Amino acid sequence: MYLTPEEEKTLNGEYGESLQKAIEILVALGDIYGADKLIPVKSAQIAGVSYKTIGDAGLEWISDLEGKVKIPSILNPAGMDIVRWDEMGIDPVFAKKQQEIIEAYAKLGIQTKCTCTPYYLEGFNVTLDDHIAWSESSAVSYANSVIGARTNREGGPSALSAALVGKTANYGYHLDEMREPVVAVEVDCELSGSDLGALGYVVGKTVGSRVPIFYMKNEPSKNEMKALGAALAASGAVALYHIEGVTPEATRKTFTRPDEVIPVERTQIDEVYETNKDILSSEIITIGCPHCSVEELEEIAGLVEGKKLQKEMWVCTAREVAERHPDLVQKIEKSGAKVVCDTCMVVSPATNKYASITVNSGKALAYVPSMCKVAAKYASIEDCINEAGVVDEN
Amino acid sequence: MKIKCRTISRGVAEGEVLLTNDAISFLGNVDPETGEIVEAQHELYGQSIAGKVLVFPHGKGSTVGSYVIYQLFKNGVAPAAMINLESEPIVAVGAIISEVPLVDRLEKDPYEVLKNGDRVIVNSTEAFVELKKE
Repeated sequence: MYLTPEEEKTLNGEYGESLQKAIEILVALGDIYGADKLIPVKSAQIAGVSYKTIGDAGLEWISDLEGKVKIPSILNPAGMDIVRWDEMGIDPVFAKKQQEIIEAYAKLGIQTKCTCTPYYLEGFNVTLDDHIAWSESSAVSYANSVIGARTNREGGPSALSAALVGKTANYGYHLDEMREPVVAVEVDCELSGSDLGALGYVVGKTVGSRVPIFYMKNEPSKNEMKALGAALAASGAVALYHIEGVTPEATRKTFTRPDEVIPVERTQIDEVYETNKDILSSEIITIGCPHCSVEELEEIAGLVEGKKLQKEMWVCTAREVAERHPDLVQKIEKSGAKVVCDTCMVVSPATNKYASITVNSGKALAYVPSMCKVAAKYASIEDCINEAGVVDEN
Repeated sequence: MKIKCRTISRGVAEGEVLLTNDAISFLGNVDPETGEIVEAQHELYGQSIAGKVLVFPHGKGSTVGSYVIYQLFKNGVAPAAMINLESEPIVAVGAIISEVPLVDRLEKDPYEVLKNGDRVIVNSTEAFVELKKE
C-alpha cells in the first residue's frame, strides 16, 4: 500500500501514539482488503457507543486515546436517551457508564449526537460520489444506495481511526467495480410504506453481503428506501443496493442485468406481517428504527392527534430533528407516546424488560428477538398506533 | 530459521508457540480475565493463551472481539504475539489497539514448520518470524 511521506511519519509515531495506532488500523485493513492508498473522507460516523455492546474494555480504549478528529464526526445510537434515561427505566449504573463513553468521545472532538440517521443532521449532508467512513449499517446503506455516497461498513475502531486521520483505506465500496450489482431482485407487485421494510427482511436473507439491484413495479420514497436498506442490512449484510431507474447510480447509468434472479411475490411480503401474529397484544410499540425523519414525525403526529394511547409507545428520532420540530414532538407526546432520542429499541437495555413488541421496522424485527430476547410483531405505522390502543379523547 | 511474513500489527515479541486449527472468536471463546479458552468445543479448551505466540487460522464472530483482545491486554493475559494464516479485521484491530504483534501469510505453512512449545520471535515491524533452535 502506498503511503505519502506524511502518512509514513504518522505510522512511525512522529505525531503521537494515538494517531500512530489509528493509521496502523487503516493500513492493516487496507492491506487485508488490497487497498492501493488512503483517501480523504468527508465525515465519519462512529459505532461502539452503547455500553451494552462495548463494555468497560471499549470505554477504556476510547478514554486512552488523545488528540482531535480532523473531519466532522458523529456517533451511533447510545443505549439510552441521554436526558430522559430515567423515564426509560435505565439502571443508574448503566447510565453513568454510558455518559462516560459519550464524554470520552467528546474529548476527541466528536459531536455527541447519537443517531442512525446522520444524513438528516447539519454538517452531514453528503452527496453523490462523496467518500465517507460511516458505521451504522442502515446509515451505510442509505448513504451508499439512496444518496450515492461511498462508504464501507466501518467497525467502531476503524471509523474512529478514519475520524482521527481524516482518511480511510481505498477498498470495497469506495471503488467503482465493487458497486456493480451482482444479483437481480424482481418484485411482482406494487409496494408502499412498511411493505418496503418487509421486502428488505425477506430479500436480505438470500442476498447476504452482495449488491442487489431491484426491479420494482412502482417508485418508493426516500423514507421507504431507508426502511428497505435497514432491513436488508439486518437480515443480510447488504451495504449497497440499487433500484433500476430510481437510486442515483442506477439513474446515471444502466447496469447490466445480473444473471442470478431472486423473484419476490406479494405473499412473501404478507408473511412478514404474519410473524408472531399469535401474540395477541404487545406490551410496547416502537417506531423509528432507523430514526424518524421529519415527514415520519408529521405522519405519526397526524395519526395520534386528539387520541390517547393505552400502551407504552416510543417514537425514536435524532435529538437534533426533535429539537427542530418541538410542535410535532408535543403533538405526539400529548397522546401519551414518548419521543425518545439518542437511542432505539435495538441497542437500549430498556427494551429487554418487555415480553412482546410491535415494530414497523424490518431491522428491529430481525434484531430484537435475538439481542433483546423480546418477541416481535411487524405492522405498518398506522397499525402500530392501533396496537397501542387508541382511544378518542373526545 | 527466519520466515518472511506480512505485517498486520507492528511490534516484536518472543514466546512459546501454541497452535490450533480452530478459528477463534474472542467474544465467547476466551475468558478476558484469565486468557483461558472457555469454549468446550474448541481444540484449546482449558488452555491459556496468555504470553503465548498464538497460531490460529483466523478470527471469527462478533466485532466486539476486538475489545475483548484489549481487555486481555489490560489484564496482562494477552498473547505475546499472534500468527494467522489470513488475518481479518476483528483480530487485526484488536491486536493493534492492544499492541500485540500480528502477522499472516507466512512464506512457509506455520502448521508444518512450527509445533507446540517451540520458542519463536515474531518481529512484525521487520516482517519475519524466527524459529529459535534449542
